[in-house]
Amino acid sequence: MNLKKKAFELRKDVVEMIYRAKSGHIGGDFSLMEILVDLYYKQMNLTPENFKDADHDRFILSKGHAIEALYVVLADRGFFPKEDLDTFGTFGSKYIGHPTNKVNGIEMNTGSLGHGLGVGVGMALAGKMDGKNYRVYVVMGDGEVAEGSVWEAAMAGSHYKLDNLTAFVDRNHLQISGTTEQVMNLKSQENRWAAFGWNVISIPGNDLDAVDNAVALAKKIKDKPTVIIAHTVKGFGVSFMEDKLVWHHRVPNDDEYQAALQELDRRGARYE
Amino acid sequence: MNKIANKAVVNNVLVEVAGKDKNLVVLCSDSRSSASLEPYVKNFPAQFVEVGIAEQNLVSIAAGLAACGKKPFVFSPASFLSTRAVDQIKVDVGYSHTNVKLVGIAGGISYGDLGLTHQAVSDIAALASTPGLRVYLPCDRFQTEKLIRALIQDDEPAYIRIGRNPVADVYEEGNVPFALDKSTLLQDGTDVTIIACGEVVQYAKTAGELLTAQGISARVIDMYCVKPIDEPAIIKAAQETKLILTVEEHVKIGGLGSMVAQVVAENSPTKVVSLSLPDAPVIPATPAQIFKYYGMDADGIVKKISALKSDLFS
Ligand SMILES: [Mg+2]
Repeated sequence: MNLKKKAFELRKDVVEMIYRAKSGHIGGDFSLMEILVDLYYKQMNLTPENFKDADHDRFILSKGHAIEALYVVLADRGFFPKEDLDTFGTFGSKYIGHPTNKVNGIEMNTGSLGHGLGVGVGMALAGKMDGKNYRVYVVMGDGEVAEGSVWEAAMAGSHYKLDNLTAFVDRNHLQISGTTEQVMNLKSQENRWAAFGWNVISIPGNDLDAVDNAVALAKKIKDKPTVIIAHTVKGFGVSFMEDKLVWHHRVPNDDEYQAALQELDRRGARYE
Repeated sequence: MNKIANKAVVNNVLVEVAGKDKNLVVLCSDSRSSASLEPYVKNFPAQFVEVGIAEQNLVSIAAGLAACGKKPFVFSPASFLSTRAVDQIKVDVGYSHTNVKLVGIAGGISYGDLGLTHQAVSDIAALASTPGLRVYLPCDRFQTEKLIRALIQDDEPAYIRIGRNPVADVYEEGNVPFALDKSTLLQDGTDVTIIACGEVVQYAKTAGELLTAQGISARVIDMYCVKPIDEPAIIKAAQETKLILTVEEHVKIGGLGSMVAQVVAENSPTKVVSLSLPDAPVIPATPAQIFKYYGMDADGIVKKISALKSDLFS
């Protein structure tokens, strides 16, 4: 399947999950879907078969609340049966609302924001120490970068010249209380990362080709980690959810559920 | 008096092991000299990571290393490591269950006159309550060595608190009874039990000897394994002696005394009295002066037991 269409098909799976469980973070799931699709279907050396090996690429979803997007991708890639996700949000299910390494394909527990980049620095350092070729990918939210620990890790990433580390900022300009600029001004993200010694690539983050080119480019950069500032649209793919704060974690009602699936079908069909 | 600090013993063990195991990695937060780690850093620069003054990142990086098969030992002053990085310890170490060994140096009131900023008096409360994390407070250089050698063998997370200065030997070279996660019986007795952890075990041991001379039969237990705590030893003491006195370089709430009292109350109610640091900054002084001032040294322990004894035993 065309990967651009795939991103819309996976969004439908997210809608199904959240509608069924009556819980989830649909807006953030949708804003980073092209990033996950490019990494898991194209760029990363990470499969159910090599997941336990020492050489596979590492992925950390630092904005752990976008877990539904990761679950549908992992299921579709064969890390676990898709039917397992029917238990999402039910009593005792290991498929909970944030990533845990009880789930096949997930290495680190996240959800408390500001941890993933530091963990990624440690994974990248381990790769350097052992002369391994694997790469480390960390996806953060834009609201998340208000955490001071992100910048501790940013310092360490450039200090140790971790060119095997690529971070994403899912720059959708919204967080739970409002726009990022209202809550805590994040303007000039690019300049901030550059000042910390990172290679910075700024892209339209819901454009799969742009994501793919940026990830490929980062692999060629030497002696610096790369951050990809992915300018995304929260809720991307369903027009009535796009750039709407309420869809940070609203659950679709019956009409919205049907309308969302229909629009995702329609928009995905463009890429057949 | 012993002149070798527990942290120097840790360094020696790591230097020895690092040569054989390239996965051993030491991390510091601008604390290599406080941790007496210069020999390690000099000999194994490729197995050393300096993160600067950034304790949260220190712990996250260690967790990332561990997730890739490394065996990180993290060194930072206990005050900063245990509470500044508590969320990273909770999530990246305890919850993710990474093989990270967190070594809090200059624990307790080692820095007796530097103020509460530099004192770790609530680290047991913060970290023993963290799911998935073990907590150890070894008492002397010999036990510290045994503990570190044991922990290097496993791949589970742990917090180890050690002090800054050399402490009196509790054990003798070549005679260090040690079983991981089992307390050590220093002296048996039937009237009263003293349970201590960390560097105040020396006072508990001396107090036991003084009490014996006074005709009071005191059991003395070195509870270096604060978590998992040795419940059978506590229950046995509650059943076989009439009073349990706990001694710890920690505030009363959430420390060893709290944990012992809980085990006793649930299993075999007996009077438990805690000697601990105040719910306030301690008086600025040397550690020995501080323990004396708050009645936690050997004389203080004996006095406390003598004051309580008429009610309980004769
Ligand atoms: Mg956002």
